[in-house]
Amino acid sequence: MNARPPFFRRPGIVLALRYAAAVALTVGFLFPVYWLFIISFKTPEEIFAFPPVWYPKSVQFANYAVLFKDGDAVTVWNSLVLAGVSTVIAMVLGTICAYSLVRFKTGGENLAVWIISQRMMPPIAIAFPVFLLYVFFGWVDSYHGLIILYTAFSLPYVIWMMRGYIEDLPLELEESALVDGLTRWEVLWKVVFPMVRSGLFATAVFTFVFAWNDFLFALVLTRTEVITYTVQVTHYFGGQSNFWAKIAAMSVLGTIPVFFTVAVLQRYLVRGISMGAVKG
Amino acid sequence: MADLKITNLHKHYSGVQAVRGIDLEVASGEFTVLVGPSGCGKSTLLRTIAGLETPDGGTIEIGGRVVNYVRPRDRDIAMVFQNYALYPYMNVFENIAFGLRARKTPQAEIETRVRRAADMLGITPLLERLPRQLSGGQRQRVAIGRAIVRNARLFLFDEPLSNLDAQLRDEMRSEIKRLHQELGTTMIYVTHDQIEAMTLADRIVLLRDGKIEQAGTPLDLYERPATRFVAGFLGSPQMNFVPAQLAQSGGGWAVKVGSDVSLPLPARQGDGLSDGRAIVLGLRPQYVTRANGSHRPGHERLGVTVELVQPTGSRAYITFPLGGVPIVAELESHDVQRPGERIDLDLDMNRAVLIDPESNRVI
Ligand SMILES: Nc1ncnc2c1ncn2[C@@H]1O[C@H](COP(=O)(O)OP(=O)(O)O)[C@@H](O)[C@H]1O
Ligand SMILES: [Mg+2]
Repeated sequence: MNARPPFFRRPGIVLALRYAAAVALTVGFLFPVYWLFIISFKTPEEIFAFPPVWYPKSVQFANYAVLFKDGDAVTVWNSLVLAGVSTVIAMVLGTICAYSLVRFKTGGENLAVWIISQRMMPPIAIAFPVFLLYVFFGWVDSYHGLIILYTAFSLPYVIWMMRGYIEDLPLELEESALVDGLTRWEVLWKVVFPMVRSGLFATAVFTFVFAWNDFLFALVLTRTEVITYTVQVTHYFGGQSNFWAKIAAMSVLGTIPVFFTVAVLQRYLVRGISMGAVKG
Repeated sequence: MADLKITNLHKHYSGVQAVRGIDLEVASGEFTVLVGPSGCGKSTLLRTIAGLETPDGGTIEIGGRVVNYVRPRDRDIAMVFQNYALYPYMNVFENIAFGLRARKTPQAEIETRVRRAADMLGITPLLERLPRQLSGGQRQRVAIGRAIVRNARLFLFDEPLSNLDAQLRDEMRSEIKRLHQELGTTMIYVTHDQIEAMTLADRIVLLRDGKIEQAGTPLDLYERPATRFVAGFLGSPQMNFVPAQLAQSGGGWAVKVGSDVSLPLPARQGDGLSDGRAIVLGLRPQYVTRANGSHRPGHERLGVTVELVQPTGSRAYITFPLGGVPIVAELESHDVQRPGERIDLDLDMNRAVLIDPESNRVI
């Protein structure tokens, strides 16, 4: 009696193969990130050394120090303000709009589709008209200018996502609250918000990341005052030479906030995304 | 004084006329049950009373005040929903306290009132739990608790027991009845279940297609139905309906079923009766009994062949043919052994209901 399965079906082998595949994939994805990270700690000699230096002999923060000394690091702060404020505004307005669409059937079926269709527009198509408009209003190179723009761009997405989450809420919860003594606004705040919390956070992360990663509008609509980190990075690509150390350090600075946001909200993110996924 | 007064209420949704001209008064402290088949407008009526829907016509008065455009929170009502509507992220205590907090009740008073309600419902040990850690029956108790802490003028229930299994439903039914006796609050209770309606109600309001078919005490409706619909809706098993004819017999009237059966009607005056008039004879399964030696007044003896026997324990439902339709009778379980048997039955014609086949109204 020989019940041994063929080689590639043995449990141990299967497991080993799975791990090997997983490790290979992870390394493939993570290596560029690692390389960026490691460059930011290297000395200029190490950056251009051949054969490449896989890991620096000593960790030194000179590349970062120079960013802070020159004031370049403030661009990360700018990005943070722009993305953060526009996300908060878009989330609040968008959720209210979504609630209205769902509960009061505002605009019937069509308004919701029209709203999301705004999101399909290629940003480049409106970059120039917006620029002219902003010159006219004197909004170029200002916080509020970019905040308004990012908010406007995120709103359709927020409304669409939140509409899905709110549609899934049982109506009786809200009705019961209305009978028990809440106003509509209180219902929104005390019943709807807590119930869609996961979806709210998931949507907020994507909204934040969209604004955070924006390059196009920031490039067109800023000059000197509120340059974002994405634009700042491009300043290091010079005609004569590229400042790899600065590029790497700035990119790392730009990655850290997103990394933390996602790490902290991971629980909600996964739940929020799958909530939408189940609904389809 | 009437706690609730509804006058000529209308409500339609796009295309559907859900409530069409309802007049209703509910006296203070009364337990009123709105009953009717699914889709007849019970929930719509209740939700309009609660202010969750706005009426298209007519008025609603609560405690003498017209509330048509008053927000739900200002109507002094409490409502229990079919699927409990508990907040999943709050524990039982907070769920019950929700309405009190919404009205800025002092913390000390919230404590006492929540504990008293929890005591009444036997859910004190559950106060710290989350709704998902409760069984269906416990959840419904919490939902009821949330309503009773409010001391509202009017309690509304929309099919609160229909998500529970049969045994729990019986238990909760008695619980609700007991609560009503203890609290003495005016309650309006919606159900499609006629047994719930019969057992709970001081007064039943039977709805059909958005209108009141008949309203009255449970016994009123059971013994003196106004229409065939009411007669058929209340009672289990359902009332039997036999196509028949009226005939003069002796000094009175009789019901002729087919060519050979004639059942004299006791104490019937001539009003609306005429020889040869087509009618439907309505007779409840409970008013057909196994004949014994004695002859009871108003009972007509009939020899039948049993076609079907359905034992239920102490009682047995049997089926036999009469006038071309199957008739169900509820007998003692030892009255009949098996199908095919020939037995004598007594039909209690005192309880017979005569229905006009055209209008479906009881004559
Ligand atoms: N929100 C709504 N939109 C459209 N039609 C509705 C709505 N609610 C109820 N209806 C319709 O109104 C009628 C009465 O419904 P309802 O009051 O829920 O009946 P019941 O509670 O007696 O089962 C039904 O025909 C139902 O389809
Ligand atoms: Mg209903």
